[in-house]
Amino acid sequence: MRRRDHAHLSDEALVALVARSDETALAELYDRVGGIAYGLAFRVLRDESLAEDAVQDAFLGLWRSAGSFVPERAKASTWLLTLVHRRAVDLVRREQRRRSDTLEDAPEPMTDSAEDDAWLRLERERVQGALAQLPDQQREAIELAYYGGFTQSELADRLGQPLGTIKSRMFSGLARLRELLDDEVETTSWSFTS
Amino acid sequence: MELHELTAAYALDALDAAERARYEAHLASCERCREELQGFRKVTGSLARAAGGPRPPAGLRDRILDQARSERPNVVPLRRRVAVPVLSSFAAVAAVAALALGLWSASISGELDEAKDITSVLGHPNARTYESESGEASLFVTPTGRAVLVVRQLAAAPQGKDYEIWVAEGRVMRRAGLFEHQGATALSRRVEPGQSVAVTLEEDGGVDVPTGKPLFTTSSV
Repeated sequence: MRRRDHAHLSDEALVALVARSDETALAELYDRVGGIAYGLAFRVLRDESLAEDAVQDAFLGLWRSAGSFVPERAKASTWLLTLVHRRAVDLVRREQRRRSDTLEDAPEPMTDSAEDDAWLRLERERVQGALAQLPDQQREAIELAYYGGFTQSELADRLGQPLGTIKSRMFSGLARLRELLDDEVETTSWSFTS
Repeated sequence: MELHELTAAYALDALDAAERARYEAHLASCERCREELQGFRKVTGSLARAAGGPRPPAGLRDRILDQARSERPNVVPLRRRVAVPVLSSFAAVAAVAALALGLWSASISGELDEAKDITSVLGHPNARTYESESGEASLFVTPTGRAVLVVRQLAAAPQGKDYEIWVAEGRVMRRAGLFEHQGATALSRRVEPGQSVAVTLEEDGGVDVPTGKPLFTTSSV
């Protein structure tokens, strides 16, 4: 069922092929990143059909525009997940689907996940380990913003803190996470194989 | 408000639409923020991969592929004299996201303004296209002469070299921009009727006068 013609290629090479309208490359990219993308969109949106929309919009955005630019310094999958997250957050705000005014109902990770991949399970444990090392207030700000889709102003209201405090919690938290996670360095460069 | 302070919130998508637009405009001119954002994007990429969540429905893959197929080709139509818009508004969002990640090729755009230029020229309802002899490139020109060159099937420039774009009028060649990879480049010079556009391979950073024969030249505007 899966077409594996491009299984040996990097994500970045796949994006280069997508730029040339290669459907097989788009399919392979979906097979690699689609599960993570949907999990992310669902965690933000908590709605199956909206999560599908977010993933579909992001992949089609890639399809329509991949030819206009060239990945150079970051992972193609990170870029794609950035598009999915942006779309999910925009949708959750538009649909006003936040179910609760109480922070106790902030979304939590699901256990029934697409983690058939050992690497992904390890990565998730690594990130959760790093999050657990943050001061509570920083972790709360980051989780509510990233997984909850709240804007910084909404967070300030809900947490009863000045906006400057929220900004500084998000900044300090992300900077600390960057240190904690930095022991594994992302692929730093790639180039077209023409 | 100090826009530098918003990098973390931007990376987390925690800005509202107006704040986001202001920050993205700032990003185009702030190398420090672009670098910081690149670091933060790796973190948010990790947060994305750690999100968990259920498996996608079985039909999603086919729906995406069917839709993609129905939109083929996503490349610029060849041999058409009037261009059709090739970038959707979401494609523009994707372009900005790529810029924010440092994915936008520095040669085709260090600047958000150029990303906007490319989008506005390619999407211009009255833009005309001019092809190179063998179809390696399409030149899009608006009625006022703003131009974008879209290059296909060209190997990346070798180390220490750049492709240089020239606006040619008779035997006079004027510099109009540099690029390293195929893709879209906004020209730094307007293209007037009677002129054509050529590309040569030059030393890194370009030269004032082309040193070799053009790799290709478009038909005359």
